Amino acid sequence: MVSFISYTSLIVMLFLIGLQGLLFNRKNILLMLMSIELMLLATNFNWVFFAFYLDDLVGQIFAILVLTVAAAESAIGLALLVVYYRIRGTISVELLNLMQG
Amino acid sequence: MYLSIVVLPLLSSIICGFLGRFLGKEGTSVLAPLTIFICAILSWIIFFEVGLSGSYSYIKVCPWIYCEFLYISWGFLFDSVTCVMLIIITNVSFLVHLYTTSYMESDPHKPRFLAYLNLFTFFMLILVTADNFVQMFVGWEGVGLVSYLLISFWFTRLNANQSAIKALIVNRVGDLGLCVAMFLIYYTFKSLEYEVIFTLVPSKISEYFYFCGISVHSLTAIGVCIFIGATGKSAQLGLHTWLPDAMEGPTPVSALIHAATMVTAGVFLLVRCSPLIEYAPLVLTIIAIIGGSTAIFAASIGGFQYDLKKVIAFSTTSQLGYMVFACGLSKYNVSMFHLANHAFFKALLFLSAGSIIHSLADEQDMRRMGGLVQLLPFTYSAMLIGSLSLAGFPFLTGFYSKDFILELAAIIRYTVSNGVQANFVYWLGCLSVFFTAFYSFRLIFLTFINQSNLSRSIIYGVHEAPLKMLIPLVILVFGSIFLGYLGKDLFIGLGTDFWSNSLFIYPTRFFLIEPEELDLSSKFLPFFLSISGIFVALITNNLYPFSVTKLQLSKFGRIFTFFINKKWFWDKLNNDLIIYPLSRFGYYVSLISLDRGLIEFLGPYGISHLLSKWATNLTRLQTGQIVHYILFMVLGIFLLLNINILHDFYVQIFDPKLMSLFFCTYIFLAL
Repeated sequence: MVSFISYTSLIVMLFLIGLQGLLFNRKNILLMLMSIELMLLATNFNWVFFAFYLDDLVGQIFAILVLTVAAAESAIGLALLVVYYRIRGTISVELLNLMQG
Repeated sequence: MYLSIVVLPLLSSIICGFLGRFLGKEGTSVLAPLTIFICAILSWIIFFEVGLSGSYSYIKVCPWIYCEFLYISWGFLFDSVTCVMLIIITNVSFLVHLYTTSYMESDPHKPRFLAYLNLFTFFMLILVTADNFVQMFVGWEGVGLVSYLLISFWFTRLNANQSAIKALIVNRVGDLGLCVAMFLIYYTFKSLEYEVIFTLVPSKISEYFYFCGISVHSLTAIGVCIFIGATGKSAQLGLHTWLPDAMEGPTPVSALIHAATMVTAGVFLLVRCSPLIEYAPLVLTIIAIIGGSTAIFAASIGGFQYDLKKVIAFSTTSQLGYMVFACGLSKYNVSMFHLANHAFFKALLFLSAGSIIHSLADEQDMRRMGGLVQLLPFTYSAMLIGSLSLAGFPFLTGFYSKDFILELAAIIRYTVSNGVQANFVYWLGCLSVFFTAFYSFRLIFLTFINQSNLSRSIIYGVHEAPLKMLIPLVILVFGSIFLGYLGKDLFIGLGTDFWSNSLFIYPTRFFLIEPEELDLSSKFLPFFLSISGIFVALITNNLYPFSVTKLQLSKFGRIFTFFINKKWFWDKLNNDLIIYPLSRFGYYVSLISLDRGLIEFLGPYGISHLLSKWATNLTRLQTGQIVHYILFMVLGIFLLLNINILHDFYVQIFDPKLMSLFFCTYIFLAL
């Protein structure tokens, strides 16, 4: 039996790895999308774990919902990425600074 | 009758002022003198009833300010002091009005001028007839105001306006003293009515009040403040600078305001408050010393001036010094006597000067006159009589009052109670007698007797003044000759009960018989001094003028003459030590540093600057980099999630004192 704390810590670590990927990435929009996918995955994992842990079905239903939303989101994100690449010829995040305050 | 003497000039003034354009020059120059003439007759009747018959009159008209303990009413008090002042004011004013109608003949604003003169008479009458301090203050401020209006009568002249402002402001300094005196009187006596105050004075001898932790003797403080008021109005040393400059107004103004009436208000105040200041010996000492200093100071300057009117103006200041130190020696009746006499011969001198100036096409410099004795014999005789009277020539008016003041000072020297200041003022007074004779006769020699320095075109135009200007001179000449002799027994005679209760002299300072026992040399000293003054004037200005010129051109003589001609540099001292530093303070500290500086800095300007600075800093956070946005999002979520844990930390940060400190620091850093 794997303990509660190890599951949750794994989830949090996954989430934080996704966040760090988001924060410390300067090169690539693709990496950002992947990090967001990772964070969503971590959350999904969370739902599933708690559904199992609390013996409640709602969490699993929600996890499947999030899965579809994540798929749609990544589809739209990739579409935007493709449009962006077509215009700029690069996918660097650093050069994405036209909207300064 | 008692009220109409006060009200009539006001009505006449209103009519002349507001309806002047309908009445015209002729109408106003009939109405204004006529009103004052009626007032003059009424004042003689009042003098008979109140002064001679001894039936004092108290008239309460209506309450004015009525609140808890404070009861101030419009009330009128006619006693001996008042009726003497009434005689002086209305008669001199009538003569000046009469003189003005001719003197200002060609002035386009004559109705306005007559309205001002009437208004002045009204305020002066309010001043002397009031029965409480507040009503007296109405007149006191009113004469200051009208003095401003009259000095700047020719409002297109820069000098006239400057002098008028100076007169008003320097008077205000004294008025502040009088205000403080009134506050202190109300604090001490809980009333502002003369009768209440003067009755209560003996019970307050040992009363002290605390001011900034120092205990101050009430009566002394009140007396000093009253004297500050009198100093401003009566042009005593320190606040005297406005009087010579007030000569910028027309000559009748100088005669009425700055010789006969307004400047006597200060002396009148001291005489009126005699029951109060008699119980404060320190105040008497101060009054005597300042008065004596003023007498010698102004007299010495008068001898070195070249402006005809300024010589007479300084002579006025000097004579006011005499009156004030007579008050300081507790001789209020003698002071009033000198006041009455002085009003007549000083009005005579000024009106004669006006007559000279009138006939010389507005030439005022004595160096450009001379030889007028053949051309203006009448004015010459009037001026000579006035000057002799002023110099205290025996058996003229000035002799009876001025020499008596000096004799009193001479005899009071030997008493212990106020011997020191009497000694001081006696010698200064004697010196002033010398200077008085000197400048009076210097004026006579330079104007009338020396060879003429006039241009030929002016000499052709010289003529005696018209009849309306001569009649006042004639009347004043008679006044200057006989008034002293006629009034002597009434005012200062042995055991006269004329003053009865209207003024008070402390019994241990009451000397009237003693001067009669004075040794002959002391009695003759003022006379010899004035004769020698006349001789010195004769030698320096008529017989050997060039030797004096040579003396003046020597190194020491030049510095000395320059020093005194420039009024002992008192104006410059005033400017450099008080006025310029004050105006500099007003500009740099009040305006630049505070109003436009600190308050703007912490107020509108600083905050708007700060907000825009903060806004720029905030916008700079939005770099456009998505990564940064994400960081802030994460930080924001972190803060929101931990708001419970961080609560204590927030409380520390949002501590109001600390916040205001941060705020101020930030403003200073931001700017």
